Amino acid sequence: MDPSFKIVIVDKNPIRAAILEDGLREAGHVQVVHIDETSHLLQRIYTLDPDVILIDLENPSRDVLEQMFQMSRVVKRPIAMFVDQSDRASIEAAVDAGVSAYIVGGLRKERVQNILDLCISRFNAFSRLEGELEKTRSQLEERKVIDRAKGILMKAKNLTEENAYALLRKTAMNENKKIAEVAQAVITASELFK
Amino acid sequence: MTTDKRLRIGFIPLCDATALIVAVDKGFTAAEGLDVDLVREVSWANIRDKLNIGLFDAAHLIAPIAIASSLGLGHVKVPIVAPFSLGVNGNAITVSPALYASIAAAADGNISDPLVTAKALAKVVATRKQRGQDPLTFGMTFPFSTHNYHLRFWMAAGGVDPDEDVRLVVLPPPYMVESLANRHVDAFCVGAPWNSVAVDLGIGFILHFVSEILPRAAEKVLGFRSRWVRENPELLAALVRAHAKAADFVEDPANRDEVCNILAAPNRIAVSADVLRRTFDGKLKVSPDGAVRSDPNYLLVGRDGAGRPDPAQAAWLYAQMVRWGQAPFSDEMCRAAMAVFRPDLFDAATEAAAGPAPGKIGAFTGPVFDPGDIAGHLASWRIGRVPIG
Repeated sequence: MDPSFKIVIVDKNPIRAAILEDGLREAGHVQVVHIDETSHLLQRIYTLDPDVILIDLENPSRDVLEQMFQMSRVVKRPIAMFVDQSDRASIEAAVDAGVSAYIVGGLRKERVQNILDLCISRFNAFSRLEGELEKTRSQLEERKVIDRAKGILMKAKNLTEENAYALLRKTAMNENKKIAEVAQAVITASELFK
Repeated sequence: MTTDKRLRIGFIPLCDATALIVAVDKGFTAAEGLDVDLVREVSWANIRDKLNIGLFDAAHLIAPIAIASSLGLGHVKVPIVAPFSLGVNGNAITVSPALYASIAAAADGNISDPLVTAKALAKVVATRKQRGQDPLTFGMTFPFSTHNYHLRFWMAAGGVDPDEDVRLVVLPPPYMVESLANRHVDAFCVGAPWNSVAVDLGIGFILHFVSEILPRAAEKVLGFRSRWVRENPELLAALVRAHAKAADFVEDPANRDEVCNILAAPNRIAVSADVLRRTFDGKLKVSPDGAVRSDPNYLLVGRDGAGRPDPAQAAWLYAQMVRWGQAPFSDEMCRAAMAVFRPDLFDAATEAAAGPAPGKIGAFTGPVFDPGDIAGHLASWRIGRVPIG
């Protein structure tokens, strides 16, 4: 891999950009610049003069980059899209992961294939991480709801904490629902009775 | 017909996606036995790529992207078929208050006449040049876009060279208004509802509806991969029928409130129903002081044969690509561009009796466009990238 490549990452998500940047640096790329602000994007890119541009697909400014392919007096050298006819699998994997790559000038695409591969794997890793975070967050929420419902039952029915939980669990099993759903129903009902 | 296949169709939040959105949300696709998942997208590049690689079965496309993709211009060559036209017209040119004042001051005649404003723009550009000021910047939505060609067609008629005298920059439609507000651009050409949003915020004047520049201009199409069309003829026909019915529903003024409420949903266009309604009423507030301009043809969704794709429109768009140096000129490419628009598939699906001939493109300037004489069209302009003849 050629460490002299200058790589620009256009991503509004600072965490994902940092994960990608780390990966690229680990792979030996020292010239990595992250752009998180998309105003005057083309001017900034022309000033940085990168060899490779990576952009996330949630970013509407992808269309701005498309303008680089047009013949225009501001373009210093021709720019080609990384993914072409021969790259079906690459483009599918990239779009699926949520990233797109553009190479500048006459770089042969084999030389940047590993950059794209790294990009795809880091983007996928980020999605998994986000999914796990979301799961943890919702588990924490459920925990809170169950605790509140237990408190309500303990007070209303004079139960121990253990028995209050057992009651929630039994009801959930009987009604074929999740404990958190029954707990939410208890909270809603108690608010109606206030 | 029923199918267990779930179809995914991509769209950009714009008023000319209405036939698609209503077809799905009002149940016209379900009535045809189709299960459709609408996916809101943020860029035309995403829509194009996801359609190309098969993540989408169909997509709301700016007509020139369907043509560019079929001809392999600027990107991977993937033949696209357009059996339904989602919208005719609907764009407008909005300028900043400062540019509006400059054009008004330089105008020699009625400022609602596009030739008057184009010539006034040429004077403004010349004055700025003399004073050593930066060139004016115009926002448009994509290199292969109607907006790009509409802006160029208009300003070139007044003697402004769009590549030499001003800057044309691509901006995603939802960013247009913000960019005008913070003066990154002096003007833009975009579809509804973004022009109205700028006027409401007091930061823009609608200078022209594009229907004043070109009385009938193809805008968006429902695009499919040509291979998908060959493999799924029944699904295609069912989708086209659902769209034709949805378009009729949209055009009935009695349904307007319901349509605007459907579009206003957060996962659809997410702009207030009142603002959206102006587009369909063809009555737009054009200046922050409240002045209103009307044009019943501001946006056509199915009315007057608008749903039936007209290959002459594809030829006009191809001619613009040639004029501005995006495509080489050949009769073969012109035929290929025209073949993207498929009135035959529309007719077969809707079993419609042949209607009256589609309205002419027309234009505020220059000779009548003849799809059989692209060279003649190109030769009639002083400004362009490719000298013909």
